[in-house]
Amino acid sequence: MAHNKVIYAMYDDDMVLLEGAKKLVAKGIYIRDVFSPFPIHGLDPVIGIKQTRLAICAFIYGLVGLTLALAGMYYFMIVDWPMNIGGKPNDFFYQNIPAFVPISFEFTVLLAAHGMALTYFIRNWTLPGVQARNPYPETTDDRFVMEIHPTDNGMTAEELAKHLSEMGTINIEER
Amino acid sequence: MHQESAIRKPLILGEKTYGEITDDVLASVTGKANKSWWIVFGIASVMALWGIGCILYLLGTGIGTWGLNKTVGWAWDITNFVWWVGIGHAGTLISAVLLLFRQKWRMAINRSAEAMTIFAVMMAAVWPGIHMGRIWLAYFVFPLPNQFGSLWVNFNSPLLWDVFAISTYFSVSLVFWYIGLIPDFATIRDRVTKTVPKQVYSLLAFGWTGNAKAWNRFEEISLVLAGLATPLVFSVHSIVSMDFATSVIPGWHTTIFPPYFVSGAVFSGFAMVLTLLIIMRKVMNLENYITIKHIEYMNIVIIVTGSIVGVAYLTELFISWYSGVEYEAYAFINRATGPYWWSYWAMMTCNVVSPQVFWFKKLRTNIGFTFFMSIIVNIGMWFERFVIIVTSLHRDYLPSSWTMFHPTFVDIGCFIGTIGIFFVLFLLFSRFFPVLPLNELKTILKSSGEQYKTKAEEH
Repeated sequence: MAHNKVIYAMYDDDMVLLEGAKKLVAKGIYIRDVFSPFPIHGLDPVIGIKQTRLAICAFIYGLVGLTLALAGMYYFMIVDWPMNIGGKPNDFFYQNIPAFVPISFEFTVLLAAHGMALTYFIRNWTLPGVQARNPYPETTDDRFVMEIHPTDNGMTAEELAKHLSEMGTINIEER
Repeated sequence: MHQESAIRKPLILGEKTYGEITDDVLASVTGKANKSWWIVFGIASVMALWGIGCILYLLGTGIGTWGLNKTVGWAWDITNFVWWVGIGHAGTLISAVLLLFRQKWRMAINRSAEAMTIFAVMMAAVWPGIHMGRIWLAYFVFPLPNQFGSLWVNFNSPLLWDVFAISTYFSVSLVFWYIGLIPDFATIRDRVTKTVPKQVYSLLAFGWTGNAKAWNRFEEISLVLAGLATPLVFSVHSIVSMDFATSVIPGWHTTIFPPYFVSGAVFSGFAMVLTLLIIMRKVMNLENYITIKHIEYMNIVIIVTGSIVGVAYLTELFISWYSGVEYEAYAFINRATGPYWWSYWAMMTCNVVSPQVFWFKKLRTNIGFTFFMSIIVNIGMWFERFVIIVTSLHRDYLPSSWTMFHPTFVDIGCFIGTIGIFFVLFLLFSRFFPVLPLNELKTILKSSGEQYKTKAEEH
């Protein structure tokens, strides 16, 4: 048996795949990945995918944005070149803060959103010029594919295919 | 699986499968453009070219080619700016606010509404840009030390807040839209067979794979970006309104402006979405996805925001009298009875009176009538900005400097041009981009698709 054999099990319904995945996991079979045209709700905990921490990143980027905006405006407007605008008090930072609220907010959102988007692109490795790695082109249309490695489960490809054929698959392929 | 109440109308009509949704939505991308597309595209291109010509003439000759004068220093330029920004509010409202409120009906319209938003904000940005006169010095608006010396831009000025608000709104909306587009570009990439389109869509799809972890991240980023974009939508038009509200011009200097502008923006944005989608669903055979129910929902938003706008107009009128400031009172008497009375009453009729007809279910579910009303609302919202800007300025404190504003052909040409460019961009979008979010529609097929709903009822 070749070492890097992969089994792809194709389904034509997301709910059948989800039920199949539950049964396979109950039998102790490890599912490497699932390719689908849309998110299958409830699948992630079944195949052991943890909730992403992207939101925490966004929060940190937002804090960086807020800090930069406030520090920048403090330097520009209070320290470096204070201007008398309509007699509004600007001797100290706290006096001028009401006027800084809109830009602080906008800059926080700007950095949080773009920082998060950039992290998302890099973590997913979806960037211009990257080649797609989905095993079948149909998985972006109406097919759902499970990727299982026989070596992960210590069984032969034939045994695994036998388990899978009971789960409502429409096609099982070994590559 | 998520179950939906049987009394809710289905959002996807007909016996659709996942594959058929792909076929229906991508028919325009994989097929050829029809005759009506080419005709509309031709007209829009001519308008766009005429507008670009006028803009080049304006930049070459100067702002004097507009009808502005010493008293009316802001007129059609800022009217058009605020009008376009307002139109640009529906897209992100639909995709962000309605996502947070879990309104599934947004899924049929959010993609094209966001595209509309992005194009409208681009058109809005044209106006302050060309109003600068010397557009090659546009980098002055960024916080670079002035002339690279030691003077900074004024962070106390609402005009600078606007620079930050518009650029943040534009770039965040663009990223939000594109992240949603990536999986659908991947669908096109895996479907087209010709070499050049395949390469182009492969590039646009960023190598999207659609594995479980990617979808997990996709849902998280959609939710968080919606959460970030929601206050952003409300902040942008609030800040636009502060351009006026923080000045001391009678008629501008009011605290009601931010909520009043935001509801007006949503009002006009939804009207523009209706204008575009009523045509698009017909031309592209998307009646099963953008249903009468969707149109009715949007009309309900129009009643709500139109009524808020109406209340704001009346409040403004009342406060101008109640404040006891005679200049403030005069500004409003002049609006209603002065030489620009016609624009005031056009605004009142189009924005306050006409949306109220949507209380009748027969009218708000009538497609032809809705289309007519959507245009009326946009005319009304243009007049709202014109009334606020020009009629507040044209009679200032000294009667000797009272004037009228007369648009020149350059004013008119530039405005027509932005409408043309907007439609050119939108038509290209509808031809080459997936106009409905495939991946999102497929997630609601089993809960809101017609055949699944009838099956669930039979059980």
